[in-house]
Amino acid sequence: MTTSIPLPTEAPATVGATVRATINGREVEVGSGTTVLEAAHACGVSIPTLCHHPDLIDVGVCRVCVVEVAGQKNLQPSCVFPITEELEVSTHTPRVAAARRDIIDLLLSEHCGDCRTCARNGTCELQDLAADYGVDHYRFGQRTEPVFVRDDTGPSIVFDPDKCILCLRCVRTCAELQGVWALGVTGRGAGVRVTTFADLPLSSEFCINCGQCLNRCPTAALTAVDVTARVRAALEDPRKHVVIQTAPAPRAALGEEFGLPPGTPVTWQLNTALRELGFDKVFDTTFAADLTIIEEGVELIERLYHALVLGEPDTALPMFTSCSPGWVKFLEHGFPEYLPHLSTCKSPQQMFGTLIKTWYADRNGLDPADVVSVALMPCVAKKFEASRPELTDSGFADVDLVLTARELAKMLRQQGIDLPSEPTSDFDDPFGTATGSGVIFGATGGVMEAALRTVLELVTGEPVEDLYAHADITPVRGFDDVRLVELTIPDAVGPVPSLLADLVPDWDWLRGVTLRVAVAHGTATARRVVEDIRAGGRFAGCHFIEFMACPGGCLGGGGQPIPTSLEIRKARARAIYAEDAAYGKAGHARKSHENPAVQRLYAELLTDGPGGATSHRLLHTGYTARGTFLPTGQKG
Amino acid sequence: MTIRTPLTLATVHPDKGLRAALGQAPIEVLEEVDRSGIRGRGGAGFSTGLKWRLASEAPAPDGRRHVVCNADEGEPGTVKDRALLSELPDLVLEGMTIAAWAIGANNGVVYLRGEYVYLRDGLEDCLARRRASGLLGHDILGTPGFDFDIHIRLGSGAYVCGEETALLESLEGRRGEPRNRFPYPVVRGLDQAPTIVNNVETLAWVPAIMARGADWFAGIGTPGSTGPKLLSISGDVARRGVYEFPFGVTVRELLEASGGEDAHAVVVGGACGVCVPAVDFAREISYEEISTGGAIIVLGPGRDLLDVAENFLEFFVDESCGQCTPCRLGNPVLLEGVRSLRRGECTAERLGELQHLGRTMQDASKCGLGQTSPNFFLSLVDRFGPEIIDRIPV
Repeated sequence: MTTSIPLPTEAPATVGATVRATINGREVEVGSGTTVLEAAHACGVSIPTLCHHPDLIDVGVCRVCVVEVAGQKNLQPSCVFPITEELEVSTHTPRVAAARRDIIDLLLSEHCGDCRTCARNGTCELQDLAADYGVDHYRFGQRTEPVFVRDDTGPSIVFDPDKCILCLRCVRTCAELQGVWALGVTGRGAGVRVTTFADLPLSSEFCINCGQCLNRCPTAALTAVDVTARVRAALEDPRKHVVIQTAPAPRAALGEEFGLPPGTPVTWQLNTALRELGFDKVFDTTFAADLTIIEEGVELIERLYHALVLGEPDTALPMFTSCSPGWVKFLEHGFPEYLPHLSTCKSPQQMFGTLIKTWYADRNGLDPADVVSVALMPCVAKKFEASRPELTDSGFADVDLVLTARELAKMLRQQGIDLPSEPTSDFDDPFGTATGSGVIFGATGGVMEAALRTVLELVTGEPVEDLYAHADITPVRGFDDVRLVELTIPDAVGPVPSLLADLVPDWDWLRGVTLRVAVAHGTATARRVVEDIRAGGRFAGCHFIEFMACPGGCLGGGGQPIPTSLEIRKARARAIYAEDAAYGKAGHARKSHENPAVQRLYAELLTDGPGGATSHRLLHTGYTARGTFLPTGQKG
Repeated sequence: MTIRTPLTLATVHPDKGLRAALGQAPIEVLEEVDRSGIRGRGGAGFSTGLKWRLASEAPAPDGRRHVVCNADEGEPGTVKDRALLSELPDLVLEGMTIAAWAIGANNGVVYLRGEYVYLRDGLEDCLARRRASGLLGHDILGTPGFDFDIHIRLGSGAYVCGEETALLESLEGRRGEPRNRFPYPVVRGLDQAPTIVNNVETLAWVPAIMARGADWFAGIGTPGSTGPKLLSISGDVARRGVYEFPFGVTVRELLEASGGEDAHAVVVGGACGVCVPAVDFAREISYEEISTGGAIIVLGPGRDLLDVAENFLEFFVDESCGQCTPCRLGNPVLLEGVRSLRRGECTAERLGELQHLGRTMQDASKCGLGQTSPNFFLSLVDRFGPEIIDRIPV
């Protein structure tokens, strides 16, 4: 019942001839057009790089990767030198080493800052290069006084141009991967610098706070706002009841901060570690993800009913997911006319935040003013999201403080906690039990898969496992930029479950209907999809589209451990899908509507059902049209 | 700007070269240009025939190829392209048209230096006349299917846009920053199509070669540097201006012709060139010996060579596109080094580090700007050692 429509790839890989290269005496056979850098890696030769990043198109500007190529008069940048004929390369001759040392010394001469007080101390690529090449003094000087104004006015991102070494990875990330172009280059010669439109702070720009730039910055020119001191202060305050919710994506990546290979989940060790840090309760964001699926699934059914049965042509379809705050702000800036297409559901973080300050506080006799709600997220845009003025339905900020995976790792290290060796423990009630569907929110396609599991099962009345083995709806998975999938609802539909009885009289109107859904990640892809919709292209015929701002979805978020690459993101995805599968094996629920805690919530609090008035008051929100270039009176 | 010698180019019969070219197959024109031995007059000295051949052989998926005239004459000390664009613009446009026939191009662009905006009207008039005469447009000179036209685009004052790939970036509306080599513009140039970028003077010689034959051209100059060359002589001489000499002319002959016999040193190649001491005045100007795009700056006995070096490095600090590390950050270090030399504060060890850095810049910079910006400084240290050593504190 599923067909996956393949999309044309960017450029078909030419299956061409192979050529032989000799690198430091090692012979390697590579496809014609392979760069010297790639060929060197293929035969185990390491070449230092700086402006190169595996996710980006190479520009060959830092010149750290220069090598000797036989027959070439000058040194050549290995990252952009293609091998098209037999070639002899030397990567570490005295001539190369001497040039590289000069280049590193030059880079250090414009880099202002003290390593010991730097957010990237220990993860800085410039620092590593200096160590590898034996830099023992600042041969070409060192800038000791800042000459630029540090931009730390926003809720998510700090930009410190004094630490910038002009590798342009941020600029290329913002343009190539994200299609945002918030960062650009101005000036020339020694006056070149990375800047924003009209030199305004990032918080006043069409910047979506995704943090992909800072995930690829080799130094600390771009970093995330750090709230660890504020979290620590809350934990130390005896009057405060401090709870934390943890999202699935950082749990699949935090191990990297403690020397584990990418894709090693640390979910259960983390619960113990967080209690040792002093959190009063440790909750699982996937509970709210399950709740989101119910609310968003119902919203989709409502929209489909209005469009297909009531024949209302103005129904905003396709419906867009709304759980990625980078994507939401992208749409608010770039395509405000499409805001009605956004699901009105708050993101899981924000739904959870509201429930903690209302239902949870109420049940436990807590004054919400004394509850500090912390969220561990893979994301720096979540920091911005938590600061949105409209997300205060509890009467307080729904979420007080958002920690990235990197910030939490720092707090754990400060506390002397070695995460991998922690004992395991479970999440706390009353939200404790999660489902596999909530977990896979962390990967691109996960929201769609979770929604489909629930919608298909509610509509057909059949276990989704009968339609897809192990409930794995694999066509929506993967890392292709965009996946478009068609699913035809069978003729045999089930009865409307009691939870949805007020919503629709029956499912007959969905018999044989082909649902068209799509999944897109990275806002550069999102831009192409929305432009296609605007042009009446094939995505205009979709019913539901999952958009994630970050490449790979949340697991590739701007708050995740550095570095990132497709291989690392795939490893994290494997950890997430393994956790989902483990729920099934352990006999736990894998579908959001089976989550007993969610069911209890509808019985106790949201008694008027999904999409009801209580839900709308607590769990839904609205959006703000913003300027294409600059915010219109809104603090970004 | 005065033209001091009779110009061979002024004696070329208008459009005789173009008519001769259109009477031949494009491949024959390529061979003729190749046989003339002409090399790029902008200074890099790449074989024009080879460049054209590569562009003509490169696949052009949508059938488009481009001829770009590099009229972004920005090298300090050269005005010879300005002379040609002022006095003999038809010859340049005719050369572009012959190039288009040879490589199968249908679009031509003159990338005109921003400061030369006053030449634009004259060039536009010239283009209009040529269109009216059937020398541009459809079926040029009655040759069925040969469609080619030229338009003018203005630079905005960046020296680096004279670098051919930065020029192409600028033409495409982006920051004028050099591209990575491989592919070369002959394979993927303007709008990804095969493109030749030729200097004004190179293009101006093409009609002469087609009108008089490759043998005539190859018979002038030296074996590796054929033909006559236009040179701009400036500085401490009696008669500044544009001169024509055959390649192989010695530095001394230039000084004699221009009235600069008492020169202390001669800068050959402009700010990115080298400083030639008097002991080398017998050497030849050619691609094999001392190469230049046309700039000859004579430095008289009273000149402080470090003053000149400081001036040139200030220029490069400002004109580097800032993209690659060696050029963006190396030039300011060299500049500060020259200043410290002038202050008498540069140690011998420091001088060694600066030489080392200069060689790294030559070796590892992305484009010709960074690769050549240390030339003058390095040649000073190499060839004027005593003058430099005197500045080093004991």
